[in-house]
Amino acid sequence: MIRRLLTMTLTAALTAAPALAAQPPAGQSEFVPISQLPPADQLPAAPLLVGAYAFIWLAVMFYLWSIWQRLNKVETEMRALAQKTARR
Amino acid sequence: MRKYFVPLAAVATAMFLYAPIMIAQAPYESTMGLVQKIFYYHAPSGMVMLVSAIVCGVASAIYLWRGTPAADRVAMAAAELTALFGLIVIVTGPLWARKAWGIWWDWEPRLTMSFVGWLISVSYLFVRKYAGPGSDKLGAALAIFGSVNVPFIYVSVNVWRTMHPKTTVVPSLQPGMRGPFWFSFLALLLLYLLLMTARVHLERQRTALDELYLAEEDAS
Repeated sequence: MIRRLLTMTLTAALTAAPALAAQPPAGQSEFVPISQLPPADQLPAAPLLVGAYAFIWLAVMFYLWSIWQRLNKVETEMRALAQKTARR
Repeated sequence: MRKYFVPLAAVATAMFLYAPIMIAQAPYESTMGLVQKIFYYHAPSGMVMLVSAIVCGVASAIYLWRGTPAADRVAMAAAELTALFGLIVIVTGPLWARKAWGIWWDWEPRLTMSFVGWLISVSYLFVRKYAGPGSDKLGAALAIFGSVNVPFIYVSVNVWRTMHPKTTVVPSLQPGMRGPFWFSFLALLLLYLLLMTARVHLERQRTALDELYLAEEDAS
């Protein structure tokens, strides 16, 4: 009986050990500011900030350019049509 | 408006050049640090996107009920601007989230509904370009659905459990942050009005060109 209990305990311990070893580390119990995180967990903020601002400028500039291009195309077509009509 | 366009464009450019200086001088948010400064353009762009979606929906409703061509031109311009400002929101948000949340994107209510709002504006543009005859009415109906989505986007952070900061963030900004935020919002709103004017003018010229072609066909 005792031998059987010991075998069961040993089997349970051996089965549970890898599962316990694979558990993630305990979660932090309170909020940690970014500045206090270990260096490996910190991301540089400047490239993200510069990227965001650059994207906004580029998107607006591209849109302005696209309006200007489309307007130019329409007005050129209008002028050509007006000349064609005047020639008749 | 044409008379004021150039002076207002100069004012908007000056505001855009000065906004980064104001933002750089604003105090740092204690937990997020430098990356929080994306907020000064991200949130106002989101506000302008929502305003634009409402303008598009209202103009479309007027066009559906009264058939006013001017309303259709405004709706067309507003849909394009909703797509532009929506794209700015969708790109700058993840750049902030990567640092603040540790992930680029999460399918939580605010982000998902904003993405759906942006998709509606893009689908309006596709419908107008490729759906052929009757696309104006079809697009108008789509735009009304797009504007109905706006209140849901706004309240999503307060009603559902979400990672996104709540709407109370803006009213509770500390004085040093309030100035740059509203300055950026005004700059973006002015830019929106100028782009809207230019885009409506383009649509008006297109209509004039179509009329010229029709007159030409009748004459020949």
